[in-house]
Amino acid sequence: MLPLADVIHLAITGLAQGCAYGLIALGFVLVYKATEVVNFAHGEFMMLGAFAVLAFSEGLGWGFWPAFVAGCLSIAVVGYLIDAQIMRRIIGQSSASIFILTVAFGFIFRSLAGMIWGWNTLSLSTPFDGKISVGSLDIATDRIAIVVATIILCGLLYLFFSRTRFGIAMQASSQNQLAAYYMGIPVKRLVSLTWAIGALIAAAAGALLAPVTQVDTTIGLLGIKALAGAIVGGFGSIPGALLGCLLIGLIEPFADYYFPAIKGVSAYVVMLVVLFVRPEGLVVQTFQKKV
Amino acid sequence: MQILFKTRYEDDIRFLAKTGEKVRVGLVIAFLLLAPAFLQNYYLAELGLLLVYAIAGIGLMILTGHTGQVSFGHAAFLGIGAYAHSVLLSHGVPFTLSVILTISLCGLVGMALGRSASKMHGFYLAVATLAFLILVETVLGEWSSVTGGHAGFAVPALKVLGVNLGQVWQQYYLDLSFTLLVVWAASNLFRTPLGRSMVAVRDSELSARSLGVNVEWIKIQAFGISAAITGLAGVLLAHHLTYLAPDVFGVLESLKLMLMIVVGGLGSILGAIFGAIFVSVLPVLLSFLKDVLPAAIGQQAGLEPLLFGLIIVGVIVFEPLGIHGRWLKLRYFFETFPYYRKASFVRQKSYLKTERMR
Amino acid sequence: MSSGKRLSVRNLSIVFGGVHAVEDVSFEVEPGEVFAIIGPNGAGKSTIFNLISRLYQPSAGSIQYGEQDLLELKAHQVVRTGIARTFQNIELFEQATVLQNLLVGRHSHMNFNLLSSLLFLPGMRARELKHRRKVEDIIDLLEIAQYRDARIADLPYGARKNVELARALCAEPSLLLLDEPASGLNNEETNDVSFWLEDIKHDLGVTMVMVEHDMSLVNQVADRVMAINDGRLLAIGTPDEIRENAEVQKAYLGVAA
Repeated sequence: MLPLADVIHLAITGLAQGCAYGLIALGFVLVYKATEVVNFAHGEFMMLGAFAVLAFSEGLGWGFWPAFVAGCLSIAVVGYLIDAQIMRRIIGQSSASIFILTVAFGFIFRSLAGMIWGWNTLSLSTPFDGKISVGSLDIATDRIAIVVATIILCGLLYLFFSRTRFGIAMQASSQNQLAAYYMGIPVKRLVSLTWAIGALIAAAAGALLAPVTQVDTTIGLLGIKALAGAIVGGFGSIPGALLGCLLIGLIEPFADYYFPAIKGVSAYVVMLVVLFVRPEGLVVQTFQKKV
Repeated sequence: MQILFKTRYEDDIRFLAKTGEKVRVGLVIAFLLLAPAFLQNYYLAELGLLLVYAIAGIGLMILTGHTGQVSFGHAAFLGIGAYAHSVLLSHGVPFTLSVILTISLCGLVGMALGRSASKMHGFYLAVATLAFLILVETVLGEWSSVTGGHAGFAVPALKVLGVNLGQVWQQYYLDLSFTLLVVWAASNLFRTPLGRSMVAVRDSELSARSLGVNVEWIKIQAFGISAAITGLAGVLLAHHLTYLAPDVFGVLESLKLMLMIVVGGLGSILGAIFGAIFVSVLPVLLSFLKDVLPAAIGQQAGLEPLLFGLIIVGVIVFEPLGIHGRWLKLRYFFETFPYYRKASFVRQKSYLKTERMR
Repeated sequence: MSSGKRLSVRNLSIVFGGVHAVEDVSFEVEPGEVFAIIGPNGAGKSTIFNLISRLYQPSAGSIQYGEQDLLELKAHQVVRTGIARTFQNIELFEQATVLQNLLVGRHSHMNFNLLSSLLFLPGMRARELKHRRKVEDIIDLLEIAQYRDARIADLPYGARKNVELARALCAEPSLLLLDEPASGLNNEETNDVSFWLEDIKHDLGVTMVMVEHDMSLVNQVADRVMAINDGRLLAIGTPDEIRENAEVQKAYLGVAA
């Protein structure tokens, strides 16, 4: 049995990881709800975000916060353009083609990032480096920063979707595109904006997670784990997806500790087991076409 | 344009109803049969590899192109096929038995995956197959007592029914005979109720169900057939590689299979073959690009996946039916010359197809 | 072909997220009858079809066709009892040809296995030819021969409606569920539909239940009409009786008539 201090340490690592997955999953679910497209390249937005913030803060010598804002916004622009220039053209194609397309985006982003910033692991210094000691326990502040940031971002998103005109219009168009369109809501632009917001959140997650994961071209693969988490929780609802991501995040460090042979793949094992036993996810959401 | 007057219902069942088709297919088969006579060993081996990828492509095409179930994990079946066959051979199992066992294993694993997949919503399946691939790759790497782990595994020499097939041309004919068998069986499939049910499941699960198609069972069978065929490709691939390593059967290999069927044209057997040709020519294009592009880009490690990605995006956005679709248009152009109208193939306006219940 | 089976629906209810889409609806359809279901949008007409074809699971009630309790069956087994259907928004196999669509319609009469499919054994060929002949009969009946080899995606709307009806007929049903057979059709096409429905009723002896908004079509072909609103039954009777019914008028006009 592990000593309690280690258990707490692993749990906090897992919690922070889970929150990061949750942030990425938010983008997945938002885009899915708006367009029924699952963007397999979403994790790549996170990777690009980490690189962009790095480029602004270390390359151009801006401080962390200006670089953070600039980095996230530039990835949001990338997200907007992807939808406006490409995804909009292929509406109506089979979902198989669309999945394949977004996976291809992932490969393009990864290759481009490698070509621009190199294939080595870089590190990004954030203002959150440090430790807090509680009794004999050392807690890394960057982990706490992730958890706090997740809570803040979720709160902001909630306010955005429930209070602002844009947010309400987005909700409306995700529930019934045609009706929203007839009501004069610019559905196409809103969908692109949804992509932008999803990309923005993922980029923020990338920058916040940078002290933990470092920055290299492969961190986008965390997106697949976030997707796994969202599926475990139930893809149709944001709370479900967040819950699933937290669960995956918490399970991971313990699984890695106890079963080092399958290090890094426990998230997939959990997802496959859940899909096998309960294909609709832990939080039920029905998928059936209306006829 | 050759107008075909159909006088019997048989005419719709027959393969190669038109003279032009007969001539074309005859020429291709003659070329493939005579290839060892005039091709150097290097090119012959490449051609054999192309045939192997054509088999793998047909495997994935049946599942993704015809049944509409996206699998990002098909490299896993290639890997399972290659490893299972090699391990069996190294334990003294004869080739024929080993092939049968390996194909059955792949088929059963595919059906098991299909069973869980049959209840899943489309993209759940895509993610699940991706996770399956990552798991298989991990297991192949970690289970070193059987697979040799990351150090790799030497594939025993190719020996069929006691005869050594060490020559390049002998291996080529083995590849060719399996390819012809698979093409024939797959073409058969799509003139039978089973194949039609698969297409029905792809286009509308609901109405397929209301017409009596057991959608879950069709998906499971499609998975099984697809995995078995891809496993067979894995068997043949093992003899081309001669040395197996787990990372050969990774995500990039899956993307390559996807690239094949998308570029070739989703939903046709011929498309899978076009795709295999394309993927085989791609390295030539790649090495050409490496020379012409400035070293800063050309010599980069990420060029291959970048190119794969760009081609997929280009094809899906501009020519969703792939090379096969282009081929149909070209043929139509010549057959109807000079009456070809651009409007014949204009895509209809399309809308978001919802699969959600509101 | 009429097997003389009666469709009886008793106390049928279904709840979606707290909303009673269909509540306590009972009706019987006699063999050989044309039975129309009418009601305003969202009244639950299509939901009743989806319940009969087992796409939805009812929360209460029973559905019987002849001796068979339909609730014991899965969705893909329903057609084997002789019930075929069409869909409101046309659910054809878009990328396949008309012929292939119709052959899938024969699915419930086909038997096949993996091996005979891959090897195309001789028995397979003979069965394919037999089914093809049946399909050609339907093609003649609905006059869609010119579309035989066309892809559905290339067909105009009206032709698709016909093909969907043809596909349902290929299953050789004794009961046909038609979800808005005339929606989106012009007057001429609607007239064609009414002739075909008469043909199907008299020549093939098929019992029909249809959901329809076009009252002229309903008056022309229906023997009895059921009106529903908000998932509840308002009245069942002949077209004339229903037209005169105060409840029904209220549901349609929104005021006491």
